[in-house]
Amino acid sequence: MNAPTGKLENASSKGYRIIGTRPIRPDGVDKVTGKAIYSPDFVAPGMLHGAILRSPHAHARIRAIDTSAAAALAGVKAVVTGADLPDDATLLERDNTGEALHVARHCLAVDRVLFDGHAVAAVAATTPEVAQAALALIAVDYEVLPAVRTIAEALAPDAPALHPDHTVRGAEPGSLPANIAAVSANSRGDVAAAFAEADVVVEGSYRTAPVHQGYIEPHACVAQWNADGQGQIWASSQGHFMIRSQVGAILGIPLADLRVVPLEIGGGFGGKTRVFLEPVAMILSRRAARPVRLAMTRADVFRSSGPAPGSESRVRMGAKADGTIVAVELDVSLGCGAYPHDESTPALMSATLPYSIPNFAFTGRAVFTNMTTSHAYRAPGAPQGSFPIECTIDQIAERLGMDPLDLRIRNAARPGETGYFGLPHGEVGFLESLEAARAHPHWSAPLAEGAGRGVAAGAWGNYGGPSSAEVSVAEDGTVLVTEGSPDIGGSRASMAMMAGETLGVPYEQVRVVIADTNAIGFSMVTGGSRVTFATGKAVIQAVEHVIEQLRHRAALIWGVETEEVDWRDGAAWCGSGDNAGQSLSLAAIAARANNSGGPISASGTVNAQGYLPGCGVHICDAVTDPETGVTTITRYTAVQDAGTAIHPDYVEGQIQGGAVQGIGWALNEEYVWNAVGQVDNPGFLDYRMPVASDLPMIDAVIVEKPNPAHPFGVKGVGETGIVPPLGAVANAVSRSLGKRMAELPLSPARVHAALTAS
Amino acid sequence: MTTTQFHSPATLAEAASLLSAAGARPLAGGTDLVVQMRSGRAAAQAVVDLKRIPELTGIRRTADGGFAIGAATPCTALKADAALVAAWPGVVEAANLIGSVQVRNRATMAGNLCNASPGADSVPALIAAAARCRVVGPAGEREVAVAEVPTAPGRTSLAAGEFVAAILLPPQTGADAYLRLTPRTEMDIAVVGAGAWIELAADGTCTAARLSLGAVAPTALLVEAAGAALVGSKLGEEALAALSAACQAAANPIDDKRGTAAYRVAMSGVLARRAVLKAAARAAAAHAH
Amino acid sequence: MSRLHITTTVNGDAQEFLCEPGTTLLDALRGPLGLTGSKEGCGSGDCGACTVTLDGEMVCACLVLAPEAQGRRIETIEGMAGAEGLHPLQQQFLAHGALQCGFCTPGVLVAAKALLDHNPDPSESEARYWLAGNLCRCTGYDKIIRAVLATAAQLRQERSPA
Repeated sequence: MNAPTGKLENASSKGYRIIGTRPIRPDGVDKVTGKAIYSPDFVAPGMLHGAILRSPHAHARIRAIDTSAAAALAGVKAVVTGADLPDDATLLERDNTGEALHVARHCLAVDRVLFDGHAVAAVAATTPEVAQAALALIAVDYEVLPAVRTIAEALAPDAPALHPDHTVRGAEPGSLPANIAAVSANSRGDVAAAFAEADVVVEGSYRTAPVHQGYIEPHACVAQWNADGQGQIWASSQGHFMIRSQVGAILGIPLADLRVVPLEIGGGFGGKTRVFLEPVAMILSRRAARPVRLAMTRADVFRSSGPAPGSESRVRMGAKADGTIVAVELDVSLGCGAYPHDESTPALMSATLPYSIPNFAFTGRAVFTNMTTSHAYRAPGAPQGSFPIECTIDQIAERLGMDPLDLRIRNAARPGETGYFGLPHGEVGFLESLEAARAHPHWSAPLAEGAGRGVAAGAWGNYGGPSSAEVSVAEDGTVLVTEGSPDIGGSRASMAMMAGETLGVPYEQVRVVIADTNAIGFSMVTGGSRVTFATGKAVIQAVEHVIEQLRHRAALIWGVETEEVDWRDGAAWCGSGDNAGQSLSLAAIAARANNSGGPISASGTVNAQGYLPGCGVHICDAVTDPETGVTTITRYTAVQDAGTAIHPDYVEGQIQGGAVQGIGWALNEEYVWNAVGQVDNPGFLDYRMPVASDLPMIDAVIVEKPNPAHPFGVKGVGETGIVPPLGAVANAVSRSLGKRMAELPLSPARVHAALTAS
Repeated sequence: MTTTQFHSPATLAEAASLLSAAGARPLAGGTDLVVQMRSGRAAAQAVVDLKRIPELTGIRRTADGGFAIGAATPCTALKADAALVAAWPGVVEAANLIGSVQVRNRATMAGNLCNASPGADSVPALIAAAARCRVVGPAGEREVAVAEVPTAPGRTSLAAGEFVAAILLPPQTGADAYLRLTPRTEMDIAVVGAGAWIELAADGTCTAARLSLGAVAPTALLVEAAGAALVGSKLGEEALAALSAACQAAANPIDDKRGTAAYRVAMSGVLARRAVLKAAARAAAAHAH
Repeated sequence: MSRLHITTTVNGDAQEFLCEPGTTLLDALRGPLGLTGSKEGCGSGDCGACTVTLDGEMVCACLVLAPEAQGRRIETIEGMAGAEGLHPLQQQFLAHGALQCGFCTPGVLVAAKALLDHNPDPSESEARYWLAGNLCRCTGYDKIIRAVLATAAQLRQERSPA
């Protein structure tokens, strides 16, 4: 992680033409008219309908699978099981990190099922009805095994080991209890001495439940794998290059042979940064010699995709009387589900990210449990790591009689101070975000009778990484930007805005295409809040190369040296000779491109460095009915540092969306298991995401402290918003009730039980 | 079982004949049946759509001044009948808490009743209202109290081939209300539901009362002791406390994904009290006019 | 297996299709009728992504059996924009940034239009409760409600300019 320093004037003072405005998104008309094609909408000619048979058992050995009756059913063109994917040795050879192996086995089990919903077989048939009928004809002989549903059950002394041969990086074999998937730790200073000097010490235990990203579009794909080994996949995802690399590794397909076409995506939030269906659809297609569609039902999504891990944590925090936090101990366990997925490192890294704390000792672990493998959900690990910290800071504030925002301001990390990994912070905006929250009218508004006001801060480190872009100029001077980052938040608009701003042409003159894996170079997933930052840098780089070419073409036309030509306001300006003072517009140069050297285009590739974290501070007013435990959010404000908001509507949208997901995480969302480890609530009826009538307006306040490492000062914004709500809501409810609530979700029954416990 | 037939009869007699066949299921709103057919929980060889039969749609006044609500009448249509809303606002509000507006434009109280979910919203309100059903079947027509229709989760006392043709509400002599407890403001199945009906004398004395609880037992309960606790009182603290205690005693809930048994028991007392006060306010307002 | 032949009206056009008795209206729209604008988010009436209107009232198409469409009038998202252009709701949604991924948007738009057809002057609370059956996971509903209320104001203004 770099630490860019220096100052950049913010958007409004810089006088941008396009940056900071709110133009209509280029893909908007298709989306509001129902024309946009998402994964479940896509049809390939001759396509077969696939269906997947999923285990009803949370943990079982597969003794035998008999697919003969299914294969014999009229209309069935292919039947596959886990045996039709490569064996362990092959997968490890292709990817020695183990990821291909674990992804493959999650997609289709071989000899054991590890969660309710684990796929065991798949068919492809001429109609969906035939496919379902074929599933009913597959006979699976299970030997049911005891299941561990929770972290506690998985770590119990007699718990069955889900992966007896798993080795934990950084630990001696056999030194850890069974079912530890990964460990993480970091420390600084001397916590024991610091606690001894502290004037107030608060400790507590906290728990959060597994929650799902809840995207409304279920996973789906169409795959076609030809006899000559070349393949095509049409699917929505947060990264079609990720689909290519995961499927390519699992099936041993050279990457140039596998073309993945990105479809519009109906939400991802991290959950669509890996494959679940594609390898299975590919092998069905190869067998059937036709394209195959596979789609998840909503129940499949809950049972078999990648929710966020539940957590159990313990925290101890010491502070001086003036509010300086001197020591923090934090231990976080995360339930990672069936296959390895470690969020303990980002959880610990994010927990105290907005603060400078001189002495800390953090430990964490991921724990295997018999549920579907967990996966990234918007700032993965950060809500779980930050929740205990923000609740504890609130209690420190109460004990010291200090304003909870003042307390955080006192401890906010400033640029240059040492961060979690021992590197100095760059131009982080933690202080500015806290001060903006304190200055907001919400903070000083009178509190309604019986209500509690909770505040919490949170941050996400964001990312940069590799992206590719191409920019070409059409003969009429309109501009095409081609890039490979799926648009999950409005990035097509922001790419066009950044390109237009750099080129000096109107936004409407620039169109953005998200190209397939055969048509543009590699880009890392749309995740980590990286796209506006990293893909933006690639686009800007390509535009700058194009500007060089345009200057050169103008120079040729004018008969001067390229150095004599300026580019500004969308035109070349001649600085010397007979044509001095004249200009040639982009369109004018483009019209003469072929006569001046050929088509005008350029590429940009980056492995973007210099990304900076986003900080959020949320204020929540809540009333909890003490008789029923039902909580109503009456007012909500979310402040966040965006660096520079390229398109404020979409930045606000990210803040609001993250805030409401966090509110759901805090109030009513949780996985519920029955006694035998089956998911009891795999649907939107009983997995209770916020509905419109549950919420007030979400006042999103953008703070701009630009990042010097991006041409327009961008900091990633997509993920930070989900981090503060857990603490903000819990602090509000705790204050409303006069009792500390430490277990999420704060469902009415749980709150009522906590109130009546004593 | 695959559904192989879909019928849209135009008359009640035709519907009765079609529904006398084994494996035939009546379709009103379909908001339970269609979901269950897709999930395999319900099997229907033949689906018989009741919505094109004129007698089964609409709200009519009965000779005694009550209401006959055709079985295929969607919940939102109830709100459009001013007389029904004025007389039985609790029944109307209960029916209009089911699902979403999209669901309520299709769902019916008859369907809600016959689906026999323990948490059905319309049922406690109907029981508190002493509602009855007109049932049609192979043996002809009969009337039965709504309270006697659900017998267990997903099961009713209807014989093979019988279906509900109308929900019958008596004339209003007091006031009713329905409240439910849900974690979210909408879209949830009730954790506890309470339907209350109160009759008040001009001086505020309760002369009759019925309290029905939903989602706290295999079927909705008529808590006779709760109603009895109110009669003769002016709904003071002591009477309300006795009402709540009676409800808690009668509640027999389970732990499930919607709530714990302990929580439901506690909430049955809280909600019963709140529903009674809401009904009482309506009764008092009626007296004021 | 005997398939049913259904004739119906979709977005003002006469349409016909074959279906099984147990086929839902949503599957009929998305399959044989090729209208993929209505989405399946859950298949159980809990998310509203499949909202269409049936004889003028909004319903979840996943809860309607396709044979019920016989002789009835269905309106989907595909019918909202006219020859004159986008419906004001569609325009205001774009202007307000009231969609992000756009997957819930067709259902929300159909539901919002039904709201304004029923109630031209909804309060914020009325709009929220009307739209409670339409799940959105991206926006947190804020900009959706603003766009709906802005459209309501715009339409009231157009009907009776002050």
